[in-house]
Amino acid sequence: MDLVFWIPATLAVAGALGMVLSKRAVHSALFVALSMINLAVLYLNLSAPFLGMVQIIVYTGAVMMLFLFVLMIVGVDASDSLKETIKGQRLAATLIGGSFVAVISSMLSSTITTLQSDLATETINAGGNVQAIANLIFGRYVLAFEATSALLITAAVGAMVLAHRERAKPKLTQRETSKKRFEDYALAGKHPGPLPATGVYARHNAVDTPALLPDGSIAPNSVPGPMQARGSVRPVDEYDLQEVKDLSKGELVIELDHEGDHESK
Amino acid sequence: MNLNNYIVLSGLLFSIGAVGVLVRRNAIVMFMSVEMMLNAANLAFVAFAKNSGTYDGQVVAFFVMVVAAAEVVVGLAIIMAIFRSRRSASIDEANLLRL
Repeated sequence: MDLVFWIPATLAVAGALGMVLSKRAVHSALFVALSMINLAVLYLNLSAPFLGMVQIIVYTGAVMMLFLFVLMIVGVDASDSLKETIKGQRLAATLIGGSFVAVISSMLSSTITTLQSDLATETINAGGNVQAIANLIFGRYVLAFEATSALLITAAVGAMVLAHRERAKPKLTQRETSKKRFEDYALAGKHPGPLPATGVYARHNAVDTPALLPDGSIAPNSVPGPMQARGSVRPVDEYDLQEVKDLSKGELVIELDHEGDHESK
Repeated sequence: MNLNNYIVLSGLLFSIGAVGVLVRRNAIVMFMSVEMMLNAANLAFVAFAKNSGTYDGQVVAFFVMVVAAAEVVVGLAIIMAIFRSRRSASIDEANLLRL
């Protein structure tokens, strides 16, 4: 058993499967990061320490963080909708994907019998891995390397052009936003004041705790919209509800003793 | 150290990535699947480089990484531009060119 292969290999496959199967894009991104780190271990194992480090720095450090930034912009509730927009697409995709797996595996099974099965055991890093790669990059592959620099600057400029947004209307001043708020109130009856704050109880005052109205129902908009869309609103404690009800009926009286502590009867 | 294991692992990761591109509809997840396919190819390159005792495979893998990074930057910018105009990251929504 070659544990230094099997452990990272299992984790890499698990990460890849998690990426395809997890419903939320954020989870997919984290699973891909897991896969990338384990691939880096495999590169180290294949006597490619430079590539292993580059893999960690570029993929888990830069690329996956870029994915996470875009996910934050695009929205946390950007999970796949379950309804198909093209009829039979999911079935066809699964079938074609399965046949692709069959093609790959048949190709592999015919290839690996002809491959010499053992990796070269002599160390190829005698003169230093980084030095040898540098010799190749700045020697035989120097033209490709130069083309890469052109590619990178084109990508950077292209990303700036694509992500740039011209302001279509001038920025609203404070006076104009205030006027608009009361116009909304006059025309649509929208509440002009701030949104209700989240619920504050003795046990938790996190933003996922809804505020309660005097009758014990949940105040709408007291939990931020993205959390409502994710369905991560903390359920209201039955005990708290009963307490609120008793208080509103006058059956429960909270008295403050002279030290300021609560004492309920 | 067995070369076949690495090649089979590479094929497995590539297949998972390909199935991910076909099955998932979220543009960002599809992008991640493409990254997974590129990484599977890289693993095969590095394994063959080790097998042949040369560095060319490692250099090619390095170039693949550079191109993948550039591709991610532009692709995510495009996804953001589409999201701004359509308020959705699903690729089925972007159908303006459809007949």
